[in-house]
Amino acid sequence: MRNEAIARRTHRRRTRALTMGVTGVLAVSLLAACSSDSDDDSDGQITLRVGVFGQFGFEEAGLYDEYMELNPDITIEQDSVTELADYIAQLRTRLGQNSGLADIQAIEVGNIAEMTNELSDAWVDFNEYENVDPSHFMPFKVGQATDPDGRLIGLGTDIGPTGVCYRTDYFEAAGLPTDPEEVGALFADWESYLDVGEQFQADGPEGISWTDSAPGLFNAVVSGYEERYTNAAGETVYQESQGVSDAWDLAVEASERGLTNQQQQFTDDWNRAIANGAFATFSACPSWMLGHIAAQAGDEGQGLWNVAASPTPSNWGGSFIGVPEAGEHRDAAVELAAWLTAPEQQARLFSERGSYPSSAEAQQLPEVLNATNPYFGDAPIGQFFSAAAAEIPSSPIGPNDQVIQDSISQGLVQIDAQGESPESAWESVVSSLDNALAE
Amino acid sequence: MTTDHREAAPPVTPGGAAPRRKDPGRRPSEPADPKAAKRAARRSRRYRWDIRYSPYAFILPFFLFFAAFGLFPLLYTGWASLHQVSLSRPNEMEWVGFDNYTRLWDDEFFWNALQNTFTIGVISTVPQLLMALGLAHLLNYKLRGSMLYRVAILTPYATSVAAAALVFAMLYGRDYGMINWALGLVGIDNIDWQSGTWTSQFAVSSIVIWRWTGYNTLIYLAAMQSIPNDLYESASLDGASRWQQFRHITLPSLRPTILFTIVVSTIGATQLFGEPMLFGGGGAEGGASGQYQTLGLYLYEMGWFNRHLGRASAIAWTMFLLLIVIGLVYWVLSRWVGRSSGEED
Repeated sequence: MRNEAIARRTHRRRTRALTMGVTGVLAVSLLAACSSDSDDDSDGQITLRVGVFGQFGFEEAGLYDEYMELNPDITIEQDSVTELADYIAQLRTRLGQNSGLADIQAIEVGNIAEMTNELSDAWVDFNEYENVDPSHFMPFKVGQATDPDGRLIGLGTDIGPTGVCYRTDYFEAAGLPTDPEEVGALFADWESYLDVGEQFQADGPEGISWTDSAPGLFNAVVSGYEERYTNAAGETVYQESQGVSDAWDLAVEASERGLTNQQQQFTDDWNRAIANGAFATFSACPSWMLGHIAAQAGDEGQGLWNVAASPTPSNWGGSFIGVPEAGEHRDAAVELAAWLTAPEQQARLFSERGSYPSSAEAQQLPEVLNATNPYFGDAPIGQFFSAAAAEIPSSPIGPNDQVIQDSISQGLVQIDAQGESPESAWESVVSSLDNALAE
Repeated sequence: MTTDHREAAPPVTPGGAAPRRKDPGRRPSEPADPKAAKRAARRSRRYRWDIRYSPYAFILPFFLFFAAFGLFPLLYTGWASLHQVSLSRPNEMEWVGFDNYTRLWDDEFFWNALQNTFTIGVISTVPQLLMALGLAHLLNYKLRGSMLYRVAILTPYATSVAAAALVFAMLYGRDYGMINWALGLVGIDNIDWQSGTWTSQFAVSSIVIWRWTGYNTLIYLAAMQSIPNDLYESASLDGASRWQQFRHITLPSLRPTILFTIVVSTIGATQLFGEPMLFGGGGAEGGASGQYQTLGLYLYEMGWFNRHLGRASAIAWTMFLLLIVIGLVYWVLSRWVGRSSGEED
């Protein structure tokens, strides 16, 4: 009886203790979840983690498996975040806290300037490693990942050399040449690109616009200049930049001559306009855009598109991988990063995933150079993009380039779709940037 | 939990081998030896503590989580709003006092966002609550298959904002949208819903209305069903029409509920974020000239696109203070309305 009472009491006490305990464990595990755990195994095995966004391609192309086979003492794990915006927010937080970072982290070109400027000290300098030889990369790619002190914090994966994509059937209907060589010859400069456009809209199929959007044309033009939004000294110069003012004038002109479909790129409407063939050309068509066009236009668009040389080829997009200083296995990570971005692996990423190599050496490998694209009427894209890549200017980029370009694009949409005058649109660009860039 | 039967009804142990209690008549309050008295006192103290403090232990998890995910972010945001902080280096703060707040006064983009939030809030909340009231009134009648209607009306609320906004963005598409197609049938030219100020705000509001009307309807319906039926019976005996019954019985009885829905909708409207963002295709600029940029979007753009965490925090706190002011106004209004209608009676 006594025992029974005690048992019941202890039971009750135990329940209470259990409740408290569970609460405590929850709280502790919550805290523990924030701290990083060590990946070291006892038998000399190293686990390297690679943090990427979207469908980055390393895993999909089987590069990790191959590396693990070559190096049995290394295990590679990948953390992938689907959305780039979520990925970069997480990366910033982790760089700030210096914890939770993977051994290798991917960096999109839109964020590389932020990393080389404000956050450079969080990354290892690849120049300090003798087993890394960055000379096989295109110089502009190395330049983008080099910080003001000359430290190289990222190795290039892919780039996006641009051409002009066009609908061959529409060109034929308008009495224009359809052969890429001849089409490229038509576009001697951007002014003549617009002239051909006017001719196209006069003679071509009813209701088909020449190009998709004014901001798209702006992007194509401005990217061909050495100086865009930031000068070599790292100062914001978009208001004085020749490239910005020329590109702005051309985009305004295209809008005023009625040559655009008044779209905004990467919206649903824009995708549907591609599927419906509402416009005849993409003024900036990097290698990765071919995949986007094929995905949107589907089987019905097969063989209708081709790609011709741009008046000013430039680079649009691409990524890097870097090794955070906070990593435990920096040497092994640097070795893996160098291997993942070596010419052979870049060529394989191109064959399997269509990511155009940032390594000049990889661009000359036969499997890249001789590649054709069946969707684009077997266009010799290997030859084509390697020629375009050779002309990419090495423009300085700054951490605020994206903010600036976005504001200018909005200004052009105001002209293109909202009927704003160019003067007041530019004023609103400047005032919105004054606000956005003020600390 | 509050009663203790141990002394009063000793349980029979299996086998019955337990020793009998020596003095069954003794109460714990009159112990024989001091040791037992001490034990008893300790025991009763524990029970008092149990009764007094265990409820706090039970709700403690909530407060722990609230402190970690509610209170701390709130205070930290307040602290950050007094500093110049870059999203790139959130640990490096530079004290600027109330600069981030005072600059909002001259910030045309802030006022634009505030105005948009207000207009979108009004054109989404007012029709939504009126419609919800009407629908609830209809559903309150004895209907065949009323359960089906009630479930159907709540479905939009269960739809994720992303799915709803994406479908609406497609409906409102300029060239290939269904709404423009339907308007085209009656001879109206394509409307560029996104580019116009009023058209885009109307479109965003329609998403909000579609999603939240059902929710408010159910709340009104629940309140209506708790109104005693004899009120209606005696009113109809007195010859009151349906409309008079609605005005003089239903509406006054619903007053606290209506106030609740207005407060909740106002908070929702002030924090409106997902609908305008997804309507614009995921950008935070809220249209090329910010024509449907709400405060939530402006805050997001400032923090996550322009990377000014301090300024974004100041906007967040301003929204918070704004809601407190609105809440106070509602409170005063409700007291005033309550008193004036009380005098009427």
